[in-house]
Amino acid sequence: MSRDDFILKSEGIHKSYRMGATEVKVLKGVDLAVEKGEFLVIVGASGSGKSTLLHILGALDTPDKGTVRFEGRDLSRHSARELNRFRNKTVGFIFQFYHLLDELNVLENVFLPAMASKGVLGWIACRRRAKNRARELLTELGLLERANHKPYQLSGGERQRVAIGRALMNEPRLLLADEPTGNLDSTTGNGILDVFEKLNRAGQTIIMVTHDERIARKAGRIITLADGKIKN
Amino acid sequence: MYKIVLAFRYLLKRRITYFAVAAVTLCVFIVVVVMTVMTGLVTDFKQKNLSFTGDCVVGTESLVGFTYYEDFISVLEKTDFVEAVSPVIKSYALLTPQGRDLNIGVEIMGIDPVRHSQVTGFGKTLYYRNDDASKAFAPNYDPNLLGCVLGIDLAMERDAKSGYPYEASPAKAAFSITCFPLTAKGALAKAGAGLINTQTFYYSDISHSGLARVDGSTVYLPFEQAQLLCGMAGPIKRASAIHIKFKPNIKLQAGREKVTSLWHRFRQEKAGEEQADLLATVTVQSWKDNRQAFIAAMEKEQTMMIVMFGFVGITTVFIVFVVFYMIISHKTKDIGILKSVGVSNVDIIELFSGFAFLVGLSGTCIGLLGGWLFLLKINRIENWLFEHFKYQLWDRTIYAIGDIPNQTDIRVLLVITGSAIAACLLGALVPAWQAATSMPVETLRANQL
Repeated sequence: MSRDDFILKSEGIHKSYRMGATEVKVLKGVDLAVEKGEFLVIVGASGSGKSTLLHILGALDTPDKGTVRFEGRDLSRHSARELNRFRNKTVGFIFQFYHLLDELNVLENVFLPAMASKGVLGWIACRRRAKNRARELLTELGLLERANHKPYQLSGGERQRVAIGRALMNEPRLLLADEPTGNLDSTTGNGILDVFEKLNRAGQTIIMVTHDERIARKAGRIITLADGKIKN
Repeated sequence: MYKIVLAFRYLLKRRITYFAVAAVTLCVFIVVVVMTVMTGLVTDFKQKNLSFTGDCVVGTESLVGFTYYEDFISVLEKTDFVEAVSPVIKSYALLTPQGRDLNIGVEIMGIDPVRHSQVTGFGKTLYYRNDDASKAFAPNYDPNLLGCVLGIDLAMERDAKSGYPYEASPAKAAFSITCFPLTAKGALAKAGAGLINTQTFYYSDISHSGLARVDGSTVYLPFEQAQLLCGMAGPIKRASAIHIKFKPNIKLQAGREKVTSLWHRFRQEKAGEEQADLLATVTVQSWKDNRQAFIAAMEKEQTMMIVMFGFVGITTVFIVFVVFYMIISHKTKDIGILKSVGVSNVDIIELFSGFAFLVGLSGTCIGLLGGWLFLLKINRIENWLFEHFKYQLWDRTIYAIGDIPNQTDIRVLLVITGSAIAACLLGALVPAWQAATSMPVETLRANQL
């Protein structure tokens, strides 16, 4: 496989946390390569470092050692400004606890990434287009009638779909999902997974972290993280 | 754009924000009210002192006075920067109302009422003769009698509301005024009865200068009579001071310097003449220097107020800091979310600074409005308090002012507005900086627990 086929590649990722006097080594040399359009699921026991790895892959955190290359470019060589742009345009995050802004309504939460990337004048210029895109996403996710509701007025599944909409707003090349069904009942969780499968079929690259291997079976490839390393 | 949207939402949706707004509002309200009243009081007090003194005073503290004042007045009148001059006799005396066994120590001021009114606001301070100062010493019950003008607090006592029980015309009353005349050498002159001079004057008018000390202790007498009483009417006449009014285009300091220069030349010309040594004690002062002892106390009070409210400002900064620390602590999840969608550290600081600006602006606007409304009604509120509870907030006997000053100064308001907003930005700076520099993943992880 040529280098261009990998959208994301990590080599020798190490990460440790200090808890008081003790240093906890979470990742001990993770090598990972993700192809374009792939639906990759990372499974592992609780505390195995899955979320930490996902955060490092999405530039929300930095590794102590090792490199993460996105489309061949080392993320550690990005300036802070480039990393902000990377998080805004290139990746979309979905979190277990949805992480929506309570002060914004559903529609505003969805178009937040578009608004965040523009100044006042830029936003005025592209506002209509962004709102239309957000409405399209909400329609696809079955939430258009909830557009003016606040996050606390929604169910868990609805909130997670809003979070998916937000993650997809800027048409990211990589979608990172951290236990997206972990806080949902199985029916609702399956609904969310259906959304992921549909997105993947449309060509979206997805990396999902879960501790539930039953859910993982829906993915194209599964890798297991144990003792800070990838086992298979 | 999201920064503006979120800053407004934080302001409107977070109840804790109202505490920060309330803190700023209260602080601004108090500062506006106190600074307006205090500034009004100081401005009024200065204006009254200027009105009492005129622009410049050439005079001596010595009770002996100084000689050749008429010659110097002639010099001054020939200049192009002096509008009017008024010689004044100042001394101390005993005032004895006729028919009463009572002696009151008073300060006497011998003046020519017309000339003095051209230099100072004396004419306007008169109650009965304020339209014609030339009749100030002519009692309307008998203009041929020798009149005197009493400081209002010497003439009458204030009523319960600190007002004055004016009468339609001055009641006939005679006062004996006794002085200790001094020779040019400073010794007691052997004139009149023994070593004292006594003269009877009739109450002709009252003067209300608005300066408590002046109104409570000063008796105005005709210049020549005062000169006689004080022993200054010898072959070489003496006076205590020359009060000067400059022409309108002359700046105070420049005018004073010109008078000083003229005075030095005058002294040199008079050197060697008889009693010219008395000129050595004469100083040339602007009205501010002349009344400095009184104005300085008031200005110190004002400075004290500014310092005290500086502390109030620091307290506000601290309150805002605490409130913002709490708000931002509750907003770590939002910060993590924003960073996960690509918002930069600078944007986070701008977001919370914008939020602080809105808190400061809204608190300031409400405080200014509240302060302005309160000041607008302050005299009515004070009257209401007096009418219903007999509580007088503003003691006229101390401040010698009719109404509580309530004229807001736009410069003061601008300074208060700027300071309040700056205090909010300062209070929000540290928490905003901490929020901005935190790792997004840390804030998100903290909110998953």
